[in-house]
Amino acid sequence: MEGNLSQTTLTAGHTAGTDERLDLRGITKRFPGVVANADVSLAIRPGEIHALLGENGAGKSTLVKIIYGILQPDEGEVRWNGTPMIIPNPHAARALGIGMVFQHFSLFEAMTVLENVAIGLDSPEKPSKLAERIRGVSAAYGLPLDPLRDVHTLSVGERQRIEIVRCLLLEPKLLIMDEPTSVLTPQEVGRLFETLRKLAAEGCSILYISHKLAEIKALCDRATILRGGRVVGGCDPKVETASSMASLMLGAQIKPLARRATTALGPSRLVVGGLDLPADTPHGIGLRGISLDVRAGEILGIAGVAGNGQNELFLALSGERTVETPGTIMIDNTRVGHLGAERRRALGLCAVPEERNGHAAVPEFSLVDNAVLSGHRREKLLAGGLIRAGRALDFATRIIKSFDVRTPGPGAAASSLSGGNLQKFIVGREILQKPGVLVVSQPTWGVDAGAASAIHAALLSLTSEGSAIVVISQDLDELLAISDRIAVINVGVLSAARPTASVSLEELGLLMGGMHEADVAKAASPEREMADAP
Amino acid sequence: MNLSILVPLLVSVITAATPLLLAATGELVVERAGVLNLGVEGMMLVGAICAFAAMFITGSPILAMLAGAAAGAVLSALFGVLVLTLASNQVATGLALTLFGLGLSALMGANFVGHPIVPLAKLAIPGLSSLPVIGPLLFSHDALVYLSVLMTGAVGWFLNHTRGGLILRGVGESDTSAHSIGHDVIRIRYYAVLFGGAMAGLGGAYLSLAYTPMWVEGMTAGRGWIALALVVFAAWRPWRVLAGAYLFGGVTVLQLYAQGSGFVLVPTQFLTMLPYLATIVVLTLMSSGSVRSRLAAPACLGKPFRPVS
Amino acid sequence: MRLKVEPRRQVSKPLQYATPPLSVLGTVVAAFVLFAIMGYDPLRALYDLFVAPLGNVQGLSELALKASPLVMIGVGLAAGFRANVWNIGAEGQLMMGAIAGGGVALAFYGREGWWILPLMSLAAVAGGMAWAAVPAFLKTRFGVSEILVSLMLTYVAEQFLSYLVLGPWKDPEGMNFPQSRMFSDSALLPVLFDGTRVHAGVLVSLLVVVVAWVVMSRSILGFEIRTVGLAPAAARYAGFSQTRVVWLTLLATGGLAGLAGLFEVAGPIGQLIPKITPGYGFTAIIVAFLGRLHPLGILLAGLVMALSYIGADQAQVDMGLPNAATGLVQAMLLFFLLASDFLVRYRVRLVRPAATSEPAPAQKATA
Repeated sequence: MEGNLSQTTLTAGHTAGTDERLDLRGITKRFPGVVANADVSLAIRPGEIHALLGENGAGKSTLVKIIYGILQPDEGEVRWNGTPMIIPNPHAARALGIGMVFQHFSLFEAMTVLENVAIGLDSPEKPSKLAERIRGVSAAYGLPLDPLRDVHTLSVGERQRIEIVRCLLLEPKLLIMDEPTSVLTPQEVGRLFETLRKLAAEGCSILYISHKLAEIKALCDRATILRGGRVVGGCDPKVETASSMASLMLGAQIKPLARRATTALGPSRLVVGGLDLPADTPHGIGLRGISLDVRAGEILGIAGVAGNGQNELFLALSGERTVETPGTIMIDNTRVGHLGAERRRALGLCAVPEERNGHAAVPEFSLVDNAVLSGHRREKLLAGGLIRAGRALDFATRIIKSFDVRTPGPGAAASSLSGGNLQKFIVGREILQKPGVLVVSQPTWGVDAGAASAIHAALLSLTSEGSAIVVISQDLDELLAISDRIAVINVGVLSAARPTASVSLEELGLLMGGMHEADVAKAASPEREMADAP
Repeated sequence: MNLSILVPLLVSVITAATPLLLAATGELVVERAGVLNLGVEGMMLVGAICAFAAMFITGSPILAMLAGAAAGAVLSALFGVLVLTLASNQVATGLALTLFGLGLSALMGANFVGHPIVPLAKLAIPGLSSLPVIGPLLFSHDALVYLSVLMTGAVGWFLNHTRGGLILRGVGESDTSAHSIGHDVIRIRYYAVLFGGAMAGLGGAYLSLAYTPMWVEGMTAGRGWIALALVVFAAWRPWRVLAGAYLFGGVTVLQLYAQGSGFVLVPTQFLTMLPYLATIVVLTLMSSGSVRSRLAAPACLGKPFRPVS
Repeated sequence: MRLKVEPRRQVSKPLQYATPPLSVLGTVVAAFVLFAIMGYDPLRALYDLFVAPLGNVQGLSELALKASPLVMIGVGLAAGFRANVWNIGAEGQLMMGAIAGGGVALAFYGREGWWILPLMSLAAVAGGMAWAAVPAFLKTRFGVSEILVSLMLTYVAEQFLSYLVLGPWKDPEGMNFPQSRMFSDSALLPVLFDGTRVHAGVLVSLLVVVVAWVVMSRSILGFEIRTVGLAPAAARYAGFSQTRVVWLTLLATGGLAGLAGLFEVAGPIGQLIPKITPGYGFTAIIVAFLGRLHPLGILLAGLVMALSYIGADQAQVDMGLPNAATGLVQAMLLFFLLASDFLVRYRVRLVRPAATSEPAPAQKATA
C-alpha cells in the first residue's frame, strides 16, 4: 500500500504547523467515469519550489485547477496560511496571491500583449501605466516583452512570458506552473528556471507541475508524486534518483524497449523532395523545402517544439492538404503530391493524427463507424455505395481483439473510451490495414504507460514487415527510443535526418531552438556560446 | 440636384437606416461576445408590436419605446436560457426565436391592425435644427434616430476603451481563456444577449412608431436578417455598422423613389428585390476579402460553451 | 444538496427518442396556458388543434396532403443540418420549383399527354436546385454564410412569383386577378381517393422517406454527410470532401423543395398564385428537428405539424383563434425540443455538498 505509506510521509509535513503557505487536505474530485483526485494532501512552504509529478492523466491539472478556484473539490479542505478557505473562482485565488501559468495558455490571439495582461487583472489600470509596469517586470525578471505587439505574431516562448508577467504583476505568494516546458526549447527552459529561482529566493512559493524527471531534479526542493489521482509518494528530488521517481510515477518498472538491431533496410517507400506549403490560416506555419526519405523497415522520427509546422507536415503527408506538383511526394515511386487522403490510402499510406477526438475519430460514432471512417477502402467495407455492416463489425472486432482495446463492445461510442484505449484502437485500425507507409503524430500523447509501450511495440513490429514509418513527436525520449533516424522541424523547415545513435540531446535542443545545422556543429561544444544563442 | 429634393431624400435614407442600425448595433455586441443570435427578425417584430400596443394604449412615446426594448430583451432572455444555460445549438435556437416572434407578434397584433397612432415626434434641437440644410437633415429627427447614432458611438467606445468591453471581447475571442482567467463567460454573454434583444426591440419599435406608424403583420420584411448581414459587412466594427446601415437605407430609398417616380423601366417587384440582392452581393464581397474579415470575426462565434464545475 | 450538471460520455439513446413526444406534451401544456391567458377556452382550442381533424376521413386526407411537402422538405433539410449546412431558404426553393414546373404547365397549356407531368416535375426539381445552387456556390467558393443567402433568396423568389402572376403569366381571362390560368388536366396530379384532395405526390413523399432512410443510415454517402457535420477534420482525414457535401445537401433539399412546390400548384391549388405556401419551407425546419433528423422520425413529425395546420383552420372557424397561433405553437415546440436536448447530452443530479468535518466553517475568500 504505497498510498498509505506516502500519506504518512506527507502528514509528517503537516506537523510543522501553520508555517505552510498552502496546505491541501484530503482533496477528492470526481468526474463522470473517473476520480480525478482521490484524498490528495499536499503542503507548500514559502519560498519553496515544490514539484507535482505525475504522468498525463494522473490528476495534476485537476488539482491545480482546484487551487486556482476553477474547480471546486467534492471533498477535502484547502488551507491558506493556516486558515481553511473556499476559493470560489480565480478572482478569489488572485486576491489571495495565487497566480497560475496554464499549460494551454489562456491568451487571446487577436489582442495585444497589453490587453491580454489587462484582462487578467482584477483592478483596472490606465493602459499607459500598465505598459510601464509590464516593461518594468519583464526587465527585472529577464522576460523581454513588447506590450503593444499582437499576440498572434509572437512565438510560443514569448506567449508564455505574457502569462508569467501577468502573474508577476500581482506579486504572487504562490505561482503555479502547469507543464511550462513542454513548449520550450532546452535553452528557453534554462532561462525560465533562472526566473523561477529568483522568484523563490524572494519568498514566492512555486508549485511546478511536470512529468519530466530531469527538470524536477534540477529545479525543485520537494516533490509530490501523483498516480491515478492519488498521492503515491513524496521525496526530495535532489536526493532521489530519477529512476526511483519514475517507478513511483509509473507504478511499475517499465521495461526498456527491446530495440531491434537495425536490419538491412529495403527500398525507399516515402520520398518527399522540396515540399512547400503555404500557411492556410492567419496564425499558421508554412512549410518550406521539406525533404525526407524513409525506407522499408525504417522509423524516421521528427522532433520539434509544438507549433513549428508539425500539423502542417502531417496534413501534407496524409493528403488532407495537397500540393500542385505531384512529384514532391512519392509513395513507392508513385507521384502523389496532388492526390487526396483517400487516394493516398489506396496506395498504402495510412496515418494517425495527433488529435484523437474529431480528427482521428468521431467521438459520437460507434467504434464500428470509426473503423469504417478510414478503413472503408483498404478493408473493402463497401458494396455499391452501401456499407457492408457485417464486414465493418468484423474489422472493428479484430482491432479491439488484436490491440487489447478495453470497451464494452464495438457498438460503444468512441467518446466512451479512455484516451489510451481510443489511441490503441486508432493505431490498431491503421496498422491492421497493412500500410506500406505509416505517418503517426504524437502516438502516445496523453496515454498511460502500458498503452504507450503497446503502441511502440506495434510500430516496431510493423517495420519488421517492411513498412516505412514517420513518427512526429514532441517527446524526445520517445523518439530516441524508437527511431532509426531523427530530423528536427523548426518554423516549417526540416533539418537533415541523422542516425539516432549519433545525435546528442544537446544538438537536438539547438536545432529545435532554430539554430542552423552548420552552426549546431560549431556551437555544440563550447558551453558559453550556447547560452548566448538566440 | 436641387437641395429641396436632396434633403428630404437624405432624411428618408436616415429613417430607412435607423431600424437596421439599432438592430445591427445590438447584434454586433452579441456577436463580439461570441454568440450568434439569428432571432433578430423575431425580436424586432415583437418589439414592434409591443411598442405599438403601448403607444396605442398609453399614448406615451417613452413607454412605447421602453415596451419595445423590454419585449426584445424578454425574447432574447428566452434565447439566452436555451443557448447559454442549456447549451443548445445557436443556429437552430435563433431560427426558433424568429419563428416564435413571427407567430407571437401576429397573435398579439391581431387586434391592432388598421389602428392609427401618433407618429414619434421630431425633436428639435435649439439652435441646430434651424440651421439651413444641416438643420432639417441632421437635427430634425425623432428620439430613436438620435439614439441609434449615440448607441453606435457608445458601443464603439465601450468595446475599445473600457474594461467591460475588453472582457466582452475576450469572452468572444476565447471562451476557455476567459473562463480560466476567472471571467464568468455565461453571465457576460447573458448581458450581451439581453442588450442585443433590447436593441432589436427598439429597431422594431422604430418601424411601428415612426417609419410606418401602424402595425402590419410581418412588417420587418427581413430587416432583422439584413441587420445580421450588416454585422458581417461591418467586420464586427461599430462605425462600419453605421456606414453599412446608411448604405442599405440608401438602397431602400432609391428603390422606393424609383417605384414612386413613375418612370418604370423595371417592374416594381424587381426593385423590391434590390435590398435582398444587395445583401447577398455585399456578403460575397466581404467574405471573399478572406483573411482580413476572417481575422475580424470573433473566434468563438456560435460555439457553445459550458464550464465544468 | 445542490444540482450538479455533468456531460454524458455517450448521448442517452432512450432520452433521444423520448424527448420529442415529451416536447409535444410540454407544448400542449404551454399552449393551454397561453390560450387561457388570451381568453380562449383552452380545452376547446386544444381539441380543435390536435384532435378534431383526426375524427373524419376529410381531416385525415388533409393531414396526408399537408404532411407531404413538410416531410419531403424536412428530409432534405435534415441531411443538410447533419452536415452543418443551414439552408433556411427552402421556402424560396419551393416557390422557384413551383414557378419552373408551373411554367412548363403554362407553356403546354391546352395540350394533353402523359409526358407533361414528368416534364413539369423535372423542371420543378431543376428550379429548386438552381435556387439552392446559389448559396452552395457562394459558400463553397467564397465562404459566404448559406443561412443569410438562402433566406434573402426567399424574399427574391416571392417577388419573382408576384411579378409573374401579376405580369406575363397573368390569366388573360382572370378579371385582372393576380393568378395564372388553371392548369390543364394533364398538368394536374391524379387524385388517389375520390372525394379527397390526396394526390400522387403523397406517394412520392413516402418514397422519398424510404430512399433517404437507406441513404442516410446505410450508404457511404450518408456516412460522409454525418462525418462532415460531426467532425470536419475527421472527414478530411477520411478523404471526404466538405465542398461535395455542401453541394449535395443543398441541391437535394432544393430539388425536394421544388418538387413539393410543384405538388402544391399541380395538386390542391391547380394554378400559380402569389401565395402558394403557408410557410412549409420554414415549418419543415421544425419538422426536421422534431423528427430528430431521421427520415422516419420526420415522417411522424410531419404528420404532427400538418395536424397543427389543419387544427388551426378548424379553431379559427370554430372559435376565432387567429391563424398566427399555429406558428406560435410550432415555434414553442421547437423551443421545448431544443431545451430537452440538454437532458440528452448532460446528466443532472443532486449531490450533497462537500463534507465539512472542520469545526470552524471555512472562510470564503473573496476578490
